[in-house]
Parts: sequence; structure tokens; C-alpha cells
Amino acid sequence: MTEVIATNETILVVGGGISGMTAALEAAETGKQVVLLEKRPYLGGRVSQLYKYFPKLCFPTCGLEINQRRAKMNPALRILTLAEVTSVEGEPGNYRVGVHISPRYVKENCTACGDCERAVSSEFDDEFNYGLSKRKGAYLPHRMAHPLRYVLDPRIIGSEDAEKAKAACKYDAIDLDDSGEDLTLNVGAVIWATGWQPYDANRIQPYGYDRIANVITSVEFERMADPSGPTGGRLIRPSDGKEARNVAFIQCAGSRDHNHLLHCSRICCMATLKQTTYVADAWGDDADISVYYIDIRAIDRFEDFYAKVRETTRARFIKSKVAKIEENKANGNPVLHGVDTEGYHRYANEHDLVVLAIGMQPSVPSDQFPVKLALNEEGFIEPAPENGAIFAAGVASDALDVNRAVQHATGAALKAVQVVNRVAGQEA
Amino acid sequence: MSELNQQMIEQYRTRFLQEVEANVEEGEWVKMCMQCGVCSGSCPLGKHWAHPPQEIFMMIRAGKREEVLTSDSMWMCTSCYNCIVRCPRGLPITHIMHGLATYAKRLGLAPKNQPTAKFAQLFWDNLVKKGRVNELKLGLSLYFMNGFGEGIKVAMKQQAIGLGMLRTKRMNPMEVVGGHAVKDLDGFHKMIRKAQELEDARIKQNAG
Repeated sequence: MTEVIATNETILVVGGGISGMTAALEAAETGKQVVLLEKRPYLGGRVSQLYKYFPKLCFPTCGLEINQRRAKMNPALRILTLAEVTSVEGEPGNYRVGVHISPRYVKENCTACGDCERAVSSEFDDEFNYGLSKRKGAYLPHRMAHPLRYVLDPRIIGSEDAEKAKAACKYDAIDLDDSGEDLTLNVGAVIWATGWQPYDANRIQPYGYDRIANVITSVEFERMADPSGPTGGRLIRPSDGKEARNVAFIQCAGSRDHNHLLHCSRICCMATLKQTTYVADAWGDDADISVYYIDIRAIDRFEDFYAKVRETTRARFIKSKVAKIEENKANGNPVLHGVDTEGYHRYANEHDLVVLAIGMQPSVPSDQFPVKLALNEEGFIEPAPENGAIFAAGVASDALDVNRAVQHATGAALKAVQVVNRVAGQEA
Repeated sequence: MSELNQQMIEQYRTRFLQEVEANVEEGEWVKMCMQCGVCSGSCPLGKHWAHPPQEIFMMIRAGKREEVLTSDSMWMCTSCYNCIVRCPRGLPITHIMHGLATYAKRLGLAPKNQPTAKFAQLFWDNLVKKGRVNELKLGLSLYFMNGFGEGIKVAMKQQAIGLGMLRTKRMNPMEVVGGHAVKDLDGFHKMIRKAQELEDARIKQNAG
């Protein structure tokens, strides 16, 4: 049984990505009691799957490490992984939140030695790499996972592999009878930081993501560039493993489109500019980079980054939303068709690899919130009074980059602290 | 060049976008185009257009009145609706193209002997008679669109198809005399007349 002490002076943070971690840490460092829930078996969310940040091109692992350290050092913060909210009742200062915790089958005394992983043979698509590689049925989600604890895939439970994993564990840390649990937490305020998911590229029918192997999404390309990723950092084509030197990026793939996402996802222009540097870094003068765009949205200090990237990567910028992609069956090259807006030339351009700068949408669909919240047309949470003391943080509120998401999360933490302070004042 | 064209030129002068908004069906959507080019890239006849739709929209905004209205580009539209389906901003591009074509024709600026324009006129004349398309008559008028001799030639070439259609009752030879009509033909004619009146009044008012 998981012991969680929570009162109406406790702040609950839903989602342990960069925004949720930030909100939880900021609140806990003011001395408030905080419970942080994360659906995945580890903290860090989508940021942990990034290779580099824009515009500084530094590594997210650095900031993640600092946050993990802050989390470990703070006794006021309680982290629950594999946890999801099932219900929310009550009012500001007094919420009862139902939480379902899925079984991990691995206890806290796991030392992450990896013996269980070596013992099992079953393999599954690795979610961390968006299915570009396989992982074992007993696995550490990624090398910087926090908590640093293994997980058994529920699909191996009841199989021979599960027994093998248990037998391999020198510390008796595997509990095959783990059935998860349901908790009810009493909290004063809730910070909703459930983040985003990439738009389903299959729905952009003319781009053929579902039928052309060498059309991939930006989140997949990001994993590919990571030296600890599925290809060891090599930029290669899924179809034949050929080096991808001639790479095209298609902007607004799913964003700013009334057939898909109405909003501008805000990060994709900068993410593409960043990713062009991966191609330039990998191939030097042999890199051949094209960016198809409607307009490049790089504002304020980002404009400098745009100018720098244009100069250093020598990427071609083609002002055109690509109309459709076909495959050259002979060599597997995607062929991009469209008409550009600087001269209205009709083109049919062949590339080794095409990266769809995919839009971001809320990870919780509008009709699947366990609590009724005021949402906007795109499913992001509005800063509305009727949401009571449930505050959105980060991308749950709007499409934001990491920098702005973290600022927003700090603001949400302050809102939540105000609520629990009011509660404390009334009880004193 | 018609008198109406002169009136419109004086009325709107350099404000061609406003002219389009006021006089062209769905013209008020033109300013919503963000120049992404998906319409042009998705058009199956795109390469036959002198100016693809996104360029037409830009030309309207740039005030290129004569180039737009005398262009045969919008007459190339086959109403496949690909552009409407794909347009990220939901512009009714097909309708705007037909609107532009209709307006250009009304002003007497439509290109002469443009096959789509000729067909459209034949189709319309055929349709308004009975409220129903008389396929037999429409087919025949198409055959003879380019003169009597040409018509005979085309008719001979299509003979087998015509006979096949007769045999399978896909075509009724009696349609050549009169032909079938909508139930309330008088009502239909009144409706069309009224619509024409309203349209004429609107254009006249805009012409000042």
C-alpha cells in the first residue's frame, strides 16, 4: 500500500514533464506539501526525448538532471509514477482526487543492475524512441530515468519471461503479484500539466506518412539524432538504412489547418531550424537541406537563430506548403509536389528523407478529462474562474516551447500556493 | 469592353479587392488566403493554368484587374473541389473561381472562344429551359459547338456509344422533342427571373 499524506493544504500536480516538475518543485521549495503524479514510469516527459534545445543547442539532459536533483533533495515532494487521475470532486481548498496506479512489478529496492533485462527475451516497440527501436519486456525506460527503477511490461506478466526476470533479480525486487492500486487524495489545489502529444501524421493523407517509409515526423527525427537513440545518432533512412544527406522539412504539418489543428503549434519552426543543424553537423558540405514553409515564425531573439541557421546550414527555404508526397518506387525517395509562392513555380522535388514538422495537440483529448474544465476550441485549458483551483501549467494551457512552458508552470505554482495559503489562514 | 466594365472601373479605380468582394460570389474570402499554395499544388489541371489560384488571389490584392478578369485561368476549373477540401483556411476556392469567371463574363472580359465558357453557356441555356438538363440536346449542341461539319464528324465518331445508350435505355430519343421538365416549370422560371433581377440590381447598385 502506497502511503501518501495529503491534506487540503497539499498541492497536487498532474503530469511529471518539464512543466509539472517545475510547478511541483517551485511549490515544494516554498515549503508546501506537493504530490506529483506521472502516467509514465519516469519523470521528464517529452523533454527527456529531445536531443537538443533551441536556440542554444544545449542538451536537455542538463536541466533534467538539475530538476531530478532538486526533486531528490526535497522532502516536501512526493512522486507517484504510473499514476493517472480518475476523478476530481470538491471545490478550491478541498478536492478529493481519485488516482489509479498501474503496477510496475518492480519494488523500490531495485538497484537498476539490469539482470532482469538480460534474463528476458521478449521485445516490444520502444515508446521512448517512438517505436523506431525495440526494448525488452523488462526495461529501464531510458538511461536517465527518474526514478532509476526498472519496469516490467504488463504484456509479459503470466509468461515464462516474467518468472525469468524474477529469478534473475538478486535483490528480490520483482513483485509479480503487484496489481496496482487506487488512492483517494485530499488536496487544496491542482496543477494540471498533462502536456502534449504529436498530431497523428497518418491523418495528413496527402503526405503519405502511413505508406512512404522515408516520410517521418520531427519527433522521430529528434530521436534519430540522439547518440543514445535508435540509430546511435546516425541520420539514416528507415527504408534502406541509406545515409540521409538530402533532407526536406515540411512545416505546419497538421498545424494552422482547419482540416487538422487550428492553432499554430509555435515550436515547429524553431524545432526545424534546430534540426537542420543536425543534418549540417552530420554531413558538412554534403548536407542538402530544404525547408518548405508558409512563413517562418521565429520572433524576437529567435530571429537571430534563424539568421544564423540560414547562414551556417545553407538550407534552402522554399515558400510553399507541399501539396502532396509520392514515392519514387525505384529508389524509395519521397517526391514533393507543389507550387511555390515566390514565382509560382510548379515543382516535383526528390529528397532522401522527409521530416514532417508535426503539430502539438493536448495529450488529453477534450472529451476525456476526468474533471469538467473550461477548454478552448483546440482543447487547451482556459485560465477561467470556473476551473476553481485547478490551474493549467505549460502545454496543457497552450502550444508553448520549453522556455515559456516553464515560466507558465512557475506562475501556476504561485496560483496554487495562494490557494493553499488561504486554506491555512482559515484553519489557523 | 462593356459599358458596365467602364462603370466598374470608375467606381472602384484601384480598389480591385473591394470590387471582387462586392461583386464576385464568395469574393469576401479572397483576403483570407495565406499564400501557402496547397490549392495550386492539389489542382489536377494546375499546370494548364496561366495563374494558379493562389497567384490569382495575390493578383487581386495587388490590383491587377485586367490581368485577372481577362485570364482564362479560372475557366480551367473543373469543380473537382480538391482545393476546397485541402485549403488550410477553408476558402471556397472552387466557388470563387466560378464567381470570378461569371463576373468577367458579365463585364464582357472573358476570353473569346474559351471552350469551358462555351460549354458553360450551352449548359445554362439547356438547363433553364426545363429546369432539367436535357442530355440528348446538350450532347448534340456540344457536337455542333464548333460548326456543322465538325458536328457531323463528332456525331459519327460517337455513334456506337449513342446506340449503346439507346439500347440500354440510358438515353431517350424522344427527349429531342421538348424533353422532360421540373414539376412546376412556371414557378421555376419565375424563380430564375427573380434571382436574375436581384443579381442585376446588386451589380447595378455597385456600378453606381
